[in-house]
Amino acid sequence: MKVWQCVVCGFIYDETKGMPEEGIKAGTKWADIPENWACPDCGVAKADFEMIEV
Amino acid sequence: MDPIVVIGSGLAAYSVIRELRKLDRDLPLTLVTRDSGDYYSKPMLSNALAQGKDAAGLVLTPAAEMAAQLHFTLCSQCEVSAIDALGKRVLTSQGELPYSSLVLALGADPIRIPVQGDAADAVLSVNDIADYARFRELLVSKARIAIMGGGLIGCEFANDLASAGHAVSVIDPGPWPIASLMPEQAGRQLLAPLAALGVDWRFGTSVSRVDHAASGYLLTLADGSQLPADLVLSAVGLRPRITLAQAAGLAVNRGIKVDAYLRSSDPAIFALGDCAEIDGKVQPFVLPIMHAARALAKTLAGEETPVVFPAMPVVVKTPAHPVAVLPVARDAVGSWQLRANSDGVKMAFLDAERCMTGFVLTGRYAAERSEMSKQLGLPLPAGAEGPLHGAKV
Repeated sequence: MKVWQCVVCGFIYDETKGMPEEGIKAGTKWADIPENWACPDCGVAKADFEMIEV
Repeated sequence: MDPIVVIGSGLAAYSVIRELRKLDRDLPLTLVTRDSGDYYSKPMLSNALAQGKDAAGLVLTPAAEMAAQLHFTLCSQCEVSAIDALGKRVLTSQGELPYSSLVLALGADPIRIPVQGDAADAVLSVNDIADYARFRELLVSKARIAIMGGGLIGCEFANDLASAGHAVSVIDPGPWPIASLMPEQAGRQLLAPLAALGVDWRFGTSVSRVDHAASGYLLTLADGSQLPADLVLSAVGLRPRITLAQAAGLAVNRGIKVDAYLRSSDPAIFALGDCAEIDGKVQPFVLPIMHAARALAKTLAGEETPVVFPAMPVVVKTPAHPVAVLPVARDAVGSWQLRANSDGVKMAFLDAERCMTGFVLTGRYAAERSEMSKQLGLPLPAGAEGPLHGAKV
């Protein structure tokens, strides 16, 4: 399980926690998040995301 | 062909360059910045302590790496003295730069409220990573922090500093936290959770004097009370940087005036981000910047594209009591209504047709912002969740 960070706004996505409120179950890997998902804080699309491992 | 010149190296500048490079790898691009040009996330400045980051740790990508990745010419530590709009060139401390199009991503300056006293100069503002580095150096061994301003940034800093063990006082002439974006019932939700972290709220007054004391500073407030502090941070708002544009003869108001194409009164000069006033509105938040950057990148790549803003909720990073708010215009007709309140509030702003045009979600409701955004513009049934109270702002 990894933690990813949006380089635009600092939003953190933690695979172990997922984002249940966005319909993404705990344990969802970054690779398995739908391509049309957008960063909830800054709106950057997943396809455009530049994530870094923290 | 002369390059597209971008002035600035914040989120607005780098977002437009990043978006442009997705569309066109070869257009010549030059970035001019008076800073180092290192890329960092400005929103993280007000929650870096909780993230365990210092100023250096906030740099996500050094400037040289950005230049290599995004294929632009970097002019860092470079001051722009003037724009020659007729001659289409920028005059800088490193010489003249001709441009085909010019993008102003200049940002905004912190507003400074005049304060009396022999330590008035000691009041800090944190508006960029260099400010933040200085702030963190000074913060070492400083226990008591006074924050001028209980708005979004003031509250984020208060939460971050109090969580790190500092004794924080927040002084604001307004009536409740983040009063410019939130109605009373929502704003007051922040009081107890932050007080539980040790935040001492002082509303309805302001700092009149900052004087040196035997240890640290002594603040005198407008209501006559006094408050000791080891560090004073000002977070009372931002003023768009318009001087350069104004001197070049561009139309300015509160910000640099641009249309939906981000185009200023000069057809070759564009502006976005905290310096820009897009169709009459200054929107100094992340989401408007991202949408503006995407539209402008298309226009610069040759496809004229107006920016269309969707609903853009503002997230307040106060982990003690998170907040998401879709603010309404100050003169909006309608009323705030409470939809739910337990461990936070869910409030909707209903217009004359009872359609939701804004909302505030605090505490446990903050995570529902996507759900709420989907209901915008739709008529809300009365009392769907709990009692309905009219709560006029």
